[in-house]
Amino acid sequence: MSLRTALLFAACLLSAGAAAGEIPLSERRSGYELMGRETRAMQDDDATNPGMLWVLDGETLWRKKAGAADRACAACHGDARTSMKGVAARYPAFDAALKRPVNLEQRINICRTGRQKAPPLAFESRELLALTAYVARQSRGLPINIAIDARSKPFLDAGSEAFHRRQGQLNLACSQCHDDNWGKRLAGSLIPQAHPTGYPLYRLEWQGLGSLERRLRNCLVGIRAEPYAYGAPEFVDLELYLMWRANGMKIETPAVRP
Amino acid sequence: MARAVVTLPAQAKRGEIIEIKTLAAHSMETGFRRTQTGELIPRDIIRRFSCTYNGTEVYRVDLHPAIAANPLIVFTTIATETGTLSFQWVGDNGYTATETAPIRVE
Repeated sequence: MSLRTALLFAACLLSAGAAAGEIPLSERRSGYELMGRETRAMQDDDATNPGMLWVLDGETLWRKKAGAADRACAACHGDARTSMKGVAARYPAFDAALKRPVNLEQRINICRTGRQKAPPLAFESRELLALTAYVARQSRGLPINIAIDARSKPFLDAGSEAFHRRQGQLNLACSQCHDDNWGKRLAGSLIPQAHPTGYPLYRLEWQGLGSLERRLRNCLVGIRAEPYAYGAPEFVDLELYLMWRANGMKIETPAVRP
Repeated sequence: MARAVVTLPAQAKRGEIIEIKTLAAHSMETGFRRTQTGELIPRDIIRRFSCTYNGTEVYRVDLHPAIAANPLIVFTTIATETGTLSFQWVGDNGYTATETAPIRVE
């Protein structure tokens, strides 16, 4: 066996270890593909996609001065269409100061409190959703690219553990539905693979835009588990795992879901 | 933030049927829901949407509590002359939103 084959073999073993139970890229389906024709059309056309209302609000907020520093996001970052391109595809990302991964909403608030000297925006507030949607919109069509290094590996593992851990009164793990039984039905609804490709997204059920954490809280309540608070480290770990699990899939923000 | 988005073709041939898509940011609170403590959440809806084409009303719709939040209204009109289309949404609690869009007719 040449060195090259040996290395390849070792790499295969490693990746198999990390990806056990995960869905291969060729079989991955965004929730988009499981939706009806009308809902897909609604998402595809910016003129009918209600998420664009938040994106436009976010664009206004991006240019609006805020806080004691009296600076707008645009003052440092310039045109979001170039500076924010691909950013959402890398989040949650490791923050060196906090020594743990932060999601996009938290990153925006870190910027607000640290640079703009403004009070942080509340989770799920219209402003935070709007800014997040505007930033994430700039990555639409780009593949999710979560890079894991030695620093972020423990958090990925924690997220993976949470995804595979049975919890709640129904004693269900996320993986039992979304890895093992996707494509089947839970009552009338199709079970998706749970790839967070389009957050923050407009859910028709919500009649509004919501974050991935809001969706995760829905799922936790659904299995009769106690949901974590918004911004909880457990949530961010799970988000990191879900985004890593969707690596290579395209960002759809702002997506529309039933 | 009374945000509304209007999409229509920038130009059209005379006599052509054009499609206009409008989207208004509004919660469309029905007035039938209650809070967890049982208090009624007051109604807050868009009551009327209208579109005028160079001052002539070409489309009008009354909205009711059963209509979804952020109502999407899509309708058609005939491109008659170059000019401006004005859109107005009027609702409860003094809500108004207006948008205008130019159209060139050849």
